[in-house]
Amino acid sequence: MATDTALDAHEHHTPTGWRRWLMSTNHKDIGTLYLFFAIFAGFVGGAISMGMRIELAEPGMQFFPWIAEYIQGADDPVDAGKHLFNVFTTAHGLIMVFFMVMPAVIGGFGNWFVPLMIGAPDMAFPRMNNISFWLVPPAFCLLVISMFVDGPSGYTGTGGGWTIYPPLSTTGQPGPAMDFAILALHLAGAASILGAINFITTIFNMRAPGMTLHKMPLFVWSMLVTAFLLLLSMPVLAGAITMLLTDRNFGTAFFDPSGGGDPILFQHLFWFFGHPEVYIMILPAFGIVSQVVSTFSKKPVFGYMAMAYAMAAIGFVGFIVWAHHMYTVGMDVDTQAYFVFATMVIAVPTGVKIFSWIATMWGGSVEFRVPMLWAIGFIFVFTVGGVTGVVLANAASDRIMHDTYYVVAHFHYVLSLGAVFGIFAGWYYWFPKMFGYMYSETIGRIHFIVTMIGVNLLFFPQHFLGLAGMPRRYVDYPDVYAGWNMVSSIGGYISYGAAIIFIYGVIKAFRDKVPAGDNPWGEYADTLEWTLPSPPPFHQFNTLPKIK
Amino acid sequence: MSDEKNHDYHLVDPSPWPFLAAWSTFIMAAGFIFFLHDIGSGLIPLFGLLLVLAMAYFWWSDIVNEAEYKGDHTPVVQLHMRYGVFMFIISEVMFFVAWFWAYFDAALFPNELIQELRIEYTGGQWPPLSIRTFDAWDLPFINTLVLLLSGFAVTWAHHALIHDNRKTVIAGLSGAVLLGMLFTVLQYIEYGHATFDFDGGLYPSVFYMATGFHGFHVIIGTICLFVMLVRTIKGHFKPDHHFGFEAAAWYWHFVDVVWIFLFIFVYVLGAGDPATMPVAH
Repeated sequence: MATDTALDAHEHHTPTGWRRWLMSTNHKDIGTLYLFFAIFAGFVGGAISMGMRIELAEPGMQFFPWIAEYIQGADDPVDAGKHLFNVFTTAHGLIMVFFMVMPAVIGGFGNWFVPLMIGAPDMAFPRMNNISFWLVPPAFCLLVISMFVDGPSGYTGTGGGWTIYPPLSTTGQPGPAMDFAILALHLAGAASILGAINFITTIFNMRAPGMTLHKMPLFVWSMLVTAFLLLLSMPVLAGAITMLLTDRNFGTAFFDPSGGGDPILFQHLFWFFGHPEVYIMILPAFGIVSQVVSTFSKKPVFGYMAMAYAMAAIGFVGFIVWAHHMYTVGMDVDTQAYFVFATMVIAVPTGVKIFSWIATMWGGSVEFRVPMLWAIGFIFVFTVGGVTGVVLANAASDRIMHDTYYVVAHFHYVLSLGAVFGIFAGWYYWFPKMFGYMYSETIGRIHFIVTMIGVNLLFFPQHFLGLAGMPRRYVDYPDVYAGWNMVSSIGGYISYGAAIIFIYGVIKAFRDKVPAGDNPWGEYADTLEWTLPSPPPFHQFNTLPKIK
Repeated sequence: MSDEKNHDYHLVDPSPWPFLAAWSTFIMAAGFIFFLHDIGSGLIPLFGLLLVLAMAYFWWSDIVNEAEYKGDHTPVVQLHMRYGVFMFIISEVMFFVAWFWAYFDAALFPNELIQELRIEYTGGQWPPLSIRTFDAWDLPFINTLVLLLSGFAVTWAHHALIHDNRKTVIAGLSGAVLLGMLFTVLQYIEYGHATFDFDGGLYPSVFYMATGFHGFHVIIGTICLFVMLVRTIKGHFKPDHHFGFEAAAWYWHFVDVVWIFLFIFVYVLGAGDPATMPVAH
């Protein structure tokens, strides 16, 4: 192998050292960069959420006024603490969405496995692939800077929530913090659009001979649909936040009623992007879970065609349901009725997927390896998040639940649990392939069990809090909510502990160096990446594989 | 696995431009915010912009080298580029969707009872009572013809390129570039005769931002066509291998189409009382 690599290096000028990572045009190296960046950002975003859980563990203000007074040196620690809490929710949301989940599933696993699974030597535009990654750290820097510069007068950071609704994000926060956040989104968005173009071109043009669209692994299908969602939704966000920028700095009146503008317009534009965005985060997880469930049930996935077209259907319908985030803005009743109906329709293709995963396991010889545990965990938590989504889809019941912790519980069940369980399923499933080493099965199991307990303890009580009327994005609450908040915070600490177990497992795997072999999962791991050595050579498929 | 590359895909050599371009963008973005808030020198964003432009230049130079001299652009790689540029234009279309959305949100609903302040601003109609709009059949119509004519010139040049008639290509492209510049100049003159200020509320917002972003795209498209003109003069394009040219032409037609939509919906259907229109020249 050593001589093999040397030869490889000689022939293809394989870069080494910092050149390999900074100047990369290799989909696997760029995927690795994305994955480790996502882990890093996940820890930052997670630490921020820990701050919120510490504050919310008990009623009354304790943690944030303390930070405001002793770390920021604020004169009015209580008010500064309130704003700081909002800064934390904003940063947590933006970091987790744009810098953790998306880089992990799309940039990380997508980059690594789309070319491998379709039998391609690399992505269609390897150099553009690199700027898709390298725009993300500058965007992250801009976002982090925004936490430390002036936001509303007298306070630092932007506290508008990840949805950055005006007027809070325009006249409410005149300082540069919001501008930093806006340009962070511009950069991250540009990176996503370029990535989407790359994936679509790769999937349409670089499939190996015989790899028809209907033979493509479901993970590749999920990336194809995701890329289209990105391509069509991101530019609309770019337009919306550009309007925000000009409203803030150049005196336009898009969202300013006194000049004839309409703050609701921003919500429409934002959610026209924002709703597809949630499918952008979850669809790749669907793809990963399909691969994993099939591999460890030792059966081909049940209803392949239905699974593929269910994702396409979810992607399509995902574009025409955005206003279900806005039932309380004063839309007319017929419009609300349409959005209720369209939203609930999404449950149909989603149900197709859930039942097909179960049917795949049904009668299979199920092997409970770590990736499979995460996949089954995914099916459980995603179903919980899915059914609360159907509850919230009703304009009438949403009227009561809007902006309560019920919503927080709902979207954390589908994203923070669903998408993240999908990421971990993919991580353990492909870790042996990406790095050539076997992870520790024991640590992986402990990681799963602790996470499963932690996150359910963290988010399930939030359903109760929401139903009891506790508003989201608020630093304090009446005593009546104290009990479940304490439970939720304990769950939060357990979840963060689980993340540290994860890191321990990663370090242990790299230290123990247990060779994984080409295919540790057996014959039902039948996609193309398992035909290659682990890790795959710098350039694979120099002779394209033929698919029968 | 160290066997010879046995396929037509282009495995691009490592390149410093993406990394440098990304961090140049960071300087440009941060500098722009400094500029907005009067922090530091206004030269920082300009410096960032220059860096971004330099990176774009080096990057594209590499692509041109790979296409012209290294022979990396096999038919399948050219097909990649077709897909890539097509997808890019789709994303641009969606960007303009946002601006048209803002326009229609205003133009179709100037008189909703729930929006009291908007009714106060618009006077219950579109265009707002206080706004004296441009006469669509004056400069805007001339600009429509200018842009369509330049689209025609590009197609003429393309036809000549396929027939390997370089002189005509140069004539056609030069015409297209000049017409593109003429459009920008006329638009500048038109802005100069506007009766409403940029920060004069909703109408100027949607008008200037939508037409302004279109104008910005015209400038980019003109630069693209100009680069294609230079490359034609250098003898880069062959009748069966000239996707760079085609990409610029596609982009130019896209800019054309956006203008048609602006002309119909903003200038013609969004026109106010002809008696109040300012003379635009």
